[in-house]
Formats: sequence, C-alpha cells, structure tokens
Amino acid sequence: MNAALEIRHLRLELDGTYILDDISLMVERGMRLMVVGPNGAGKSSLLKCLVGVHRGWQGRIVVNGVDIRGYSNRERARLIAFVPQPGGRHSPFTVRETILMSRYPHVSHFGTLSHADHELVKDALARTGLGPLADRPMVTLSGGERQKVHLAAALTQQSPILLLDEPTTFLDPRHAFEIRSLLHRINQEDAVTIIEVSHDLNTAALDGDRIYALNEGRPAFYGPGDDFLSAEVLKKVYGRSFLLGVHPQTGGPVLVPERCEL
Amino acid sequence: MSRGSVLTILFVIAVATLILTPFLGMSTITPLDVLGIGTGAGGVDEATIFWRLRVPRVALAFLAGASLALGGMIFQALFRNDLATPFTLGVSSGAALGATTYLRLGWSFAFLGVDGLTMFALVGAALSMALVHGVSRSRPDDSGGSLLLAGVAINFTLSSLILFVHYTSDAAQSFNILRWLMGRLDVVGADEVWTLLPLFLTGGLATLILHRELNLMTVGEEFAISRGVDARRTRTLLFLGTSLLVGGVVAVCGPIGFIGMMTPHIARLLVGADHRRLAPASMLLGGTMLVICDLLARSLVAPAEIPVGVLTALLGGPFFLWLLTRRPGAGTGRS
Repeated sequence: MNAALEIRHLRLELDGTYILDDISLMVERGMRLMVVGPNGAGKSSLLKCLVGVHRGWQGRIVVNGVDIRGYSNRERARLIAFVPQPGGRHSPFTVRETILMSRYPHVSHFGTLSHADHELVKDALARTGLGPLADRPMVTLSGGERQKVHLAAALTQQSPILLLDEPTTFLDPRHAFEIRSLLHRINQEDAVTIIEVSHDLNTAALDGDRIYALNEGRPAFYGPGDDFLSAEVLKKVYGRSFLLGVHPQTGGPVLVPERCEL
Repeated sequence: MSRGSVLTILFVIAVATLILTPFLGMSTITPLDVLGIGTGAGGVDEATIFWRLRVPRVALAFLAGASLALGGMIFQALFRNDLATPFTLGVSSGAALGATTYLRLGWSFAFLGVDGLTMFALVGAALSMALVHGVSRSRPDDSGGSLLLAGVAINFTLSSLILFVHYTSDAAQSFNILRWLMGRLDVVGADEVWTLLPLFLTGGLATLILHRELNLMTVGEEFAISRGVDARRTRTLLFLGTSLLVGGVVAVCGPIGFIGMMTPHIARLLVGADHRRLAPASMLLGGTMLVICDLLARSLVAPAEIPVGVLTALLGGPFFLWLLTRRPGAGTGRS
C-alpha cells in the first residue's frame, strides 16, 4: 500500500454550483504534487476538503488506508498539515508562540507542552533560519519571513502529509527561492508527501513529481511537468497558447513571458 | 520583568483594590467601624453600610468588570479584530432592549430563581448574538470592516427600538429605564452578586480550559481547523457562553461600555497575546478597573453619583479612537 492519500469521486457543492466535480486522484507516499489551474478552478477548495475546512463534500478521501471521516480532528491534524494562503491578517503572537501552537494535535486537553515540544520548535526555527526572530511579534515580520514561520509551524506539526496554498505568491525572488528549496529538502530528506497549489507553472514543473491541473472544478491534466508545459495542454487548461522556451539547466520546456502587442 | 510576575502583580493589585475600596466613598469607614468599635457618624450604623452596601457593590463591580473583559477578549479572538466586543457589535444593546422591554411591560416575575429582567436580557443578548453570528458567517473571509459596520447598524437599530419602547412608557417606567440604561452598580444586599457569580465562574473556567483553541482561532480559522480544532463547536460554545455572561452583566448592571474593549488590550500589552496568561490578566484588570471607576463614580461628586456607565464611556470613547488611529488598518483585520 503505497498511497499516502487517495481521493475518489470527490464533489463539493457550494451555493448550488459544483466547485469540485468528480475528482479522483492518488498521491503516492513521498510524492510532491503540484496543483495548478486558472483562478477559481477549485484548487484551494480541494486542499480545504482535505484539511477539514470544507465539510459538506461527497465521495471518499482515504488517508493511510482509512476514510478521513473516521479520524478525529486531532488525528487528522497529526496526518495532514496545512499552510494557508498568505493573507493580510496580522497575528498578535510572537514567532515562537505561533510555531508552538502547532503542537496542539499532540497535546491532550489538560496536558502541558513538554520539553520535547519546545525542542521541536527550536529545530524548526533553526531549519528555517528563523532563530534570531524567535521572540519577535509576527506583525513586525516581512511577508517572506511570515511565510517561513507558517512553514516552520506546519513542520512542527510533524504530519507526514503537507498541504500548501500558494506558498510563494507575494514573495520576492529570493524569499520564493528559499521557500522552494526548503520544501525540496522537506520532501527529499524527511520524505514528507507534499501537495502544493501554485500559479507559477515553471517552478511547478521543476519542483513537482507530477502536475495535476484543474479547470472549473474538473480534472484537466495529470502527468509530469515537462508534458504539462506543452502548447496543447496549456491551451486546454488556460484557454490560450503561451510562448515556450528551453530551460538552460534541464533542457526541459519553460514558459517565457511574451511581449504585449497592441 | 517576566510576564508571569506581571500577572502576579495584577493579582496583588486586584486583591488590594478589593480590600481597600469598601472603606472608601462618600464617608470613609475605618476597620474599627466595621468591627463595631468605632463611633457611627450621624446615627447610621457604619458596619451595616459596609456589609450591606459597600462590600456587595465592590464585589458586583469586580465580577461585572471581569465578565465584560472576558467577553471582550473572546470576541476579539473569535472575530480577529481589536474593536469587536459584545458592546461594539450590539450584543449589549440586544440585552438592553430585552431589559427595557421588561421594564416597560412593568412585569415582575421570577422563574427558577432567575428574575424576569435577567431572563429578558439574556434572550435579547442571545438574539443579537445570533444576528452577529449570522452576519459573520455570511462574510467568512472578512473579519474586519463589514463586521464592525454590521455592528454599528445593529447598534443603531436596537438603540432606536430602545428609544421607541422608552418613549411609549409612562414617567415612572421611563425613569427606571433611563437610570438602568446608564449602568448602575448601586445594589443593596448580595443577590446580584450571587446571580452573576455562577455565570462568571462558568465563563472563566471555560476560557481557561479553551486557551489553546482561543490562541489558534486568533491566528485564523483555517489555521485552527488544520491543527485539529473543532472550530464550529468552539465558536458555538464560546458565543453561547459570552451571551450568557454579557447578558447576565447587562441584566444586573445595565450596559456598561468599553471595559470589555479596553482591558483585554491593556492586558495584551502587559502579558502578551497567549490566552493562558491573557485570560486571567484580562479578568483581573477588568474587575479592578470597574471597581476603581465605580469608586470614582460614587465619590467625585458625592453625595451625588455619576452613573458608572457614563464614566466608563467617557474613558472608552477616546480609547476606541486611539485604537482606530494607532496605525493604518488597525481596525480592519488586526489581532
């Protein structure tokens, strides 16, 4: 049994329309899956079904061979961690407090955080290079730093599956690259299964083992990144053709920004 | 200074305030008077004033202040907004409308030991709570602007309804309603204290148990859910508890504003945002602050009294404005 997560005929209806319509997908253990698609395609909704935010879906989601509805909230959180879309919301907590909170599923209601919990937080701070910022309030951090905190928090949750909703959006190239290499290491060294929503097709093709494209709630493509970056597939998913070039390192296809014509 | 020792200091200040303030007021009572050794001035038994009037009043003020602070803190966490409190979102107004209606009807009944005024206030609080809840659910992604605007709208509507009920009442009812609306703590005997105490203890205990959930919900609902919090149950539990708590306070003391907004903020500056310390700090600070406000209210223009709700509003209005202008966007989405 090699599937970390299996989705069968998933449907999500909100306000009378199907946000997700008959999604079936198997994610192997240790895989890094990139979910792409136009705005409003249902990418975030898919993650939100997996993580318990949306609850009214039909179909089956199986994690570790067990239906996800069979897990308690805490049990599910011990299996699946989530980094929400970066938003404008500011938190009054410090970096350390924010990361420590993610130990919640491992602590019983009347239990207290142990020395081991604090050690895990220290590890996560060190791995993400946030050590010097540990006691800074979140509001004083830059967007990139804040995103690292959320990643460190999810790591501290120690779940074998990690979901991320556009983790590099809004970040400058340096911070975006740091987050990407961090995720690469988490995936390779810790064998964490990653499902990541992204709008950056080039990095999705480079980083992902597989690409899963959604369009209007329906599956539009599943396969390797190099196959995804082809004229026909892009036209099918995004409804127009794009300029393609060759990546100087990999020799694979890469999306090149076009000049706007009048 | 560590945040733990700040909490200890707050506790010491609260205890000192509770011990000292019953001796102060229009006439200063000495410990000797209370023991019956001193000479009662003007034939009034000082010990009676002390035990029947001053002590229950101080106890009531502390309980009410602590409850309002707790309610404010919970709302600020659940709505992730500095300015969201039961008072600003119209829950107090709902309780006030219920109570005003009861006073206008001129009824007087009690059921299972709870008097009609309290019951009407609780129902009013619960109804407006449901309204706020509905509004916040219809705009789940927006915790700032539109929620507060809805609160303003709810407050306006309920205030006009209160005015309407007030207008249709006769002179005696009208005086009762008006005096009640200004917020009062002048009670005789400890009945009100016993009404409020179980509500406060339940609410206080619930927040102490749920401090981790409150922390996670403050960061964000999706954040909390993905960590394994049953957000829906936590929300419902806390909303219900807060309506009970705030409804109870408003029934007993009238709508005393701004304590619930100010004190959690000051507490946050002192002990940080972690609810494990923030909850006790808010309660201690809220209680102490209302006791001191009440002391001022009954001594500043003695022998007359300023309604304590008027005094807290005089302090709270400028505080509200300060919060709004402190930094750009502070009112729309922070905390």
